[in-house]
Amino acid sequence: MLTATPAETSCYHCGENCQNHPIPFDEKSFCCEGCKTVYSIINKVDLCDYYSLNHSPGVNQKHINNTGKYAVLDDQTVQEKLIKFKDATISHVTFYTPQMHCSSCIWLLEHLGKINAGILSSQVNFLKKEVTVVYQHDKVSLRTIAEILTSVGYEPHISLNDLSDKGLKKYNRTRIFKIGVAGFAFGNIMMLSFPEYFSGGHFEQQQLGRLFSWLNLVLALPVFFYSASEFYISAWAGLKQKFLNIDAPIVLAIVITFGRSVYEILTQTGAGYLDSMSGIVFFMLVGRFFQDKTYSSLTFNRDYTSYFPLGVTRLEEDGSEKQVPVSDIHQGDRIKVLSGEIIPADAILFMGKAQIDYSFVTGESIPVDKQIGEIIYAGGRQTGGALELEVVREVSQSYLTQLWNNDAFRNEREEKKVSFIHRLARQFTWVLFSIAIASAIYWSIHDPTRVWSAVTAVLIVACPCALLLSATFTNGSMLRMLQKFGFYARNANVIERIGDADSIVFDKTGTITVQQHADVSYEGQSLTPQQAAMVRTLAAQSSHPLSRAVVTYLPMYTRVPFSSFKEIKGAGIEACFDKQNVRMGSPGFLGLSVTAPEKGSAIYIEANGRILGRFSVSTVYREHLNAVINNLKSDFGISVLSGDNAAERRHLNSVFGNDATLQFNCTPHEKLEFIQALQQSGHKVIMTGDGLNDAGALQQSDAGIAITDNVNNFSPACDVIFEGKNFGILPELIRYCRKEKTIIAGSFIISILYNFVGLWFAVQGALEPVIAAILMPISSVSIVAFTTSMSSLLARKLKTKAKELNINASYDER
Amino acid sequence: MSAIIILVSASLLVALGFLAAFIWSVKSGQYEDDYTPAIRMLFDEKQSTNTNTNNSNRRNDGQQQES
Repeated sequence: MLTATPAETSCYHCGENCQNHPIPFDEKSFCCEGCKTVYSIINKVDLCDYYSLNHSPGVNQKHINNTGKYAVLDDQTVQEKLIKFKDATISHVTFYTPQMHCSSCIWLLEHLGKINAGILSSQVNFLKKEVTVVYQHDKVSLRTIAEILTSVGYEPHISLNDLSDKGLKKYNRTRIFKIGVAGFAFGNIMMLSFPEYFSGGHFEQQQLGRLFSWLNLVLALPVFFYSASEFYISAWAGLKQKFLNIDAPIVLAIVITFGRSVYEILTQTGAGYLDSMSGIVFFMLVGRFFQDKTYSSLTFNRDYTSYFPLGVTRLEEDGSEKQVPVSDIHQGDRIKVLSGEIIPADAILFMGKAQIDYSFVTGESIPVDKQIGEIIYAGGRQTGGALELEVVREVSQSYLTQLWNNDAFRNEREEKKVSFIHRLARQFTWVLFSIAIASAIYWSIHDPTRVWSAVTAVLIVACPCALLLSATFTNGSMLRMLQKFGFYARNANVIERIGDADSIVFDKTGTITVQQHADVSYEGQSLTPQQAAMVRTLAAQSSHPLSRAVVTYLPMYTRVPFSSFKEIKGAGIEACFDKQNVRMGSPGFLGLSVTAPEKGSAIYIEANGRILGRFSVSTVYREHLNAVINNLKSDFGISVLSGDNAAERRHLNSVFGNDATLQFNCTPHEKLEFIQALQQSGHKVIMTGDGLNDAGALQQSDAGIAITDNVNNFSPACDVIFEGKNFGILPELIRYCRKEKTIIAGSFIISILYNFVGLWFAVQGALEPVIAAILMPISSVSIVAFTTSMSSLLARKLKTKAKELNINASYDER
Repeated sequence: MSAIIILVSASLLVALGFLAAFIWSVKSGQYEDDYTPAIRMLFDEKQSTNTNTNNSNRRNDGQQQES
């Protein structure tokens, strides 16, 4: 009888099951008041096409509460930072609305003008999940717009991060221009060089040939000075730090090619290699563009500022309330925090019943009770009623934010490790330098007139562009392959770092467990509907997670009146129902001596002194966890760090085996130090985590993977954002990253073969432009073909595994 | 001989024209969002008289003319 489920009615707005209490309105049913309100607003302004474009397109409104949340948008300084453009009558503002998910959302958000006449137009960028609103600021305020968006179910996400300049992501078009110019010059120089190729090297003697050479030189100028400029900048930056990166030999080759070509054209001794030069610049730029793909809707560098709210209610001295930006809060200020809000700064509790949920900061899922006069650390979410607090430390000084003062956050990640590409390029260059010197010595003995042409030709061939192309195209196609499985890497370097790792550290809550889900089962004498109703009513009185789990497990019954309710924190609860005295709680609370269940915690039920049975509540682990761990165990050292208590130790031991390190009650700092210790003993570490409490460890690790159930939700600063529903395929993805070096090495060997052909001509001082012009595109094309086909060939294992696990591999644009 | 010079300069001019068109298309932001416009054009405009009368929005205008 505990399994009885009511007839399913789905909400007209959000499509969620209405349980057995649908709210009827306008001949439709809704799951909650929030959804009904959104519908009535949309209906009133005649925008009901929203519902005909997609079935139940709305976002569930149950958990949304906002009262005066956007009052801070009336603040002048906040407005200045958010508004992108403003003139006498019109303002432009862009909001990030993570709830956007379908074409109905686009339609509705682009018709905001119907809801308020002050809004002139609104335009959606779906990939970025942004809506840009153009409005008349004397008719409608910024705050009203934010409230309108919230009222139709698209709550804009505004955080401290938006207020600092680094939050602005600007689309960089420079490289596209460079590619366009290089491609244009490459094509035209190639065309003008054709007569030269087919005349066997005599065409340049004629007047027309000279004209063509001059035209080539003019066309090559923008390539040399504009398109190739990023190579010069990067090589120079490397040299300044006394580091020879791959761009240095490339610049050397470009400069020598250009110099020799200019010399040949000016002295009319040859046609030069301008076609090859602009071609290689074009291909290398395309390769870098392909590799540096970014996910416009994902953010990898979030810190606490994007988690904290924008505004906070400050209590003024005259007793009035005022919304101010969080950054304006100073020591000694009185603030008010409502239920569901985040404590923005370390503060002393002054008034109210504090039950702070620190699960996001520490991973501990049970709310902490705080008494008046106690200090409350920033970052927790208040779950009880409204609080009055006195701030003791400003936001940037608080306990939580101190984590970001750690050294791990200071250094740019990229500098942490030099890619093997640069080392390989250096070795390659040295080998070619020695060949150049050898051929110079040889020719200075046999035919001194050919020294110059032989040496420059060798140096032209010496360009490690093939290596750069191999790396960029391999990384680019691997990134796209990984993306299909919900594995969004921040950049290409991450692949190499994951491939090098030998240890994996897991966080527990939210990473290997599924958040907000508890597995409840009942054993014992079956409950009558009346008893079940009483147990449910009793459990509903407590905010303890175990009681909450029991409430969700038991079906909806009418509330039973009770008296003399008593709760002993962390032990149990009891109340008197009519004639029955019902108690539920830990064995100790009921005076029992029984063995604890296999995993999780048990709640025993007692009615009138008689034990009825027990609920066991255990954490739900991610699907395929056992298989994932067994797979990884063979060649990775595995550790688990949990901010939670050790209740699950026995179960975790059975999953992870005895070799794995398990640590409980870890603070964010301890997690970071654990990673550091591993690294100091010579390990390369992958950290997987999900919350702010893992932020330090993710940052310190060689590759930080944030596992999240919704990629658009908050995830801490990391290298990879990974969709939790694909967890089962994680080992295969990590192993796939290990193959990166093999693919690059393979394609490099192919390109070296071409280089040998080029060298064969070069050392003889007979590198005709036509040979260079044939070798260059052929080697580039074969590299691109090889790397892309290899990376999809090696992904076959991934695909079969995905099919096995029923994971839908789709190319989801971000 | 002169025919070739005319042809070459004509072809270079055409190529320059395409380069200019490419640069313009990048500058106008056509490659920044290649998803939303594709969906937007599928919407039927019930009454296109009282919405979006703002001229600064080039793409929206184009869409209204289409529908």
